[in-house]
Amino acid sequence: MTTLPSKTAVAVRNTAPNKSGVQVRNSLLTVLTYLLAFVFFFPILWFVLASFKTEAQAFAIPPIFSFSPILDNFRVALERYAPALANSLIAALGSTLFAFLLGLPAAFALAVYPTRRSRGVLTWMLSTKFMPAVGVIVPLYLLFKNLYLLDTLPGLIIMYTTMNLPLVVWMMHSYMTEIPYAIYEAAKVDGATVGQEFFGIALPLSLPGISATALLAIIFAWNESFFALNLTTSDAAPLSVFIGSFKTGEGLFWAQMSAAAVLTVFPVIVFGWVAQRQLVRGLSFGAVK
Amino acid sequence: MTAQAQAQALTASSPPSRGGFRLTPSALILPALLYLIATTQVPFFMTVYYSFFQWNLTIPTPVHPFVGFGNYIGLLTDAQNFRVILNTLVLTGGTLFITLVLGGLLAMLLNRPFIGRTLLRTLLISSFLVMPVVTAVVWKNMLLNPVFGFFSWLIQQFGGTPVDWLAAHPMGSIIAMVSWEWTPFAMLILLTGLQSLPDDQIEAARLDGANPWQEFRHIVLPHWTQALEVVILLETINVLQVYGEIYASTSGGPGVATTNLPYYIYQRALAEGNIGVGSAAGVIAVILTNILAIFMLRLINKNAATGGHA
Repeated sequence: MTTLPSKTAVAVRNTAPNKSGVQVRNSLLTVLTYLLAFVFFFPILWFVLASFKTEAQAFAIPPIFSFSPILDNFRVALERYAPALANSLIAALGSTLFAFLLGLPAAFALAVYPTRRSRGVLTWMLSTKFMPAVGVIVPLYLLFKNLYLLDTLPGLIIMYTTMNLPLVVWMMHSYMTEIPYAIYEAAKVDGATVGQEFFGIALPLSLPGISATALLAIIFAWNESFFALNLTTSDAAPLSVFIGSFKTGEGLFWAQMSAAAVLTVFPVIVFGWVAQRQLVRGLSFGAVK
Repeated sequence: MTAQAQAQALTASSPPSRGGFRLTPSALILPALLYLIATTQVPFFMTVYYSFFQWNLTIPTPVHPFVGFGNYIGLLTDAQNFRVILNTLVLTGGTLFITLVLGGLLAMLLNRPFIGRTLLRTLLISSFLVMPVVTAVVWKNMLLNPVFGFFSWLIQQFGGTPVDWLAAHPMGSIIAMVSWEWTPFAMLILLTGLQSLPDDQIEAARLDGANPWQEFRHIVLPHWTQALEVVILLETINVLQVYGEIYASTSGGPGVATTNLPYYIYQRALAEGNIGVGSAAGVIAVILTNILAIFMLRLINKNAATGGHA
């Protein structure tokens, strides 16, 4: 993201004979970019607008673009949305925490004490991320039923931890291998233990990586819908299940639905905007940096 | 596998000394490893086991008869199931095509300096971050509704007649939703790929009188190969598993028009309680996905070996 083509390079390019032609083409392309960005953002804009309308305004044909915004929808949505929000928060934060508790030591050991098998272990862990949820859902559903984990937050956290653990190990391994090995060597000379290396060097030096990875993990857990829809019903239902309930009759309340959608989507979009530099690395597991 | 071996050699040789601590580091890896085995491998082997039995939760029988490959044969010989496989492939292929074209176009447009570039990129990644279930309910109601939906109104402004999108073009509608979500992904990866293309290469080509198409075909495209591979593989793996969008919009219908493999498994195993058939379909889904995942892992490891560990 930092390798923005410099303006000077473009200026050099533009000194070609057909200068004005190139400029016209460039501004047309810019207009096209703005247009496409608007089209892509429109569905989001549309439900954000609807969330501030009355139900009648939200339904109106022709659509209403200017209106005096109201906050009633958010008040109504928040009342019903609060339990689902709490469940989503606990599931997303809890699973991220567990994924780090399990994943950070593993990433550290694989990065700083690599053995012949390290690459194989890493690859295997990542491969579990590509296992379709439908390949494990049937026995999980039955096991959860027998263990009374259906429709509970621990059940959801167990599966979200599974989902995020390979990401955490893989990303933190990549950040920790970027710490110069000489730093560890210096510590060893001073007689540092493995624990001191972990808490004194690896953790503090990979803090930016930890925050970026945590944001990604929270986004993935927050947006997850397959396990949520199949392993929870009411008590532990997170936002994806709550919003899913608008698919039938309740979908008639567009303004309310929009307010709930805004509240659901807003935190994650902000997180995504904040973490956008790390997004590519995390999404491609480091294959594209 | 050779790439993996190289990577192993590389990681193993880089730190000079590591004596004395062998036991402790492996003890640090073990919890994560065991956790993943317990929550992915164990249930998967149980799925494989269940797939050989006739077992329906709604029919209480003391024993579940062993049927060998009966569930698989039943799945693969039922003509309706070909529709499910076909739906899965059409959804994945259609989405892939649209997101590659649009994502590639947006990546090229964003790879030019202009005012508001960062803002537009930020706005453009937003649809990828929207929860799939939200996408489905918003699109289904507020955009695709034949009477009150925005798209119908738009069409009428241009003199067309409103369309009941989800009834008339169910698969097209789902592809549109999923493409809306995944285009930013393709765009981001492809943009990152473009940004590593040295400026002087393009300038040299322009000095040699290359037209935009030649520039794209001979300089951009070869440089893009790896980013394209990443987009194609990761998107395929993820779009094969689309579930929330279908669950909250069409519920697989009308008929089986938008039932893909994950939704089919949900219907068989969890809605109907048919553990045996649902498990067999799950195993088929895993096999399908793993073929792709193997290529993806090779690609990631190749990159880790060449560019990663310094």
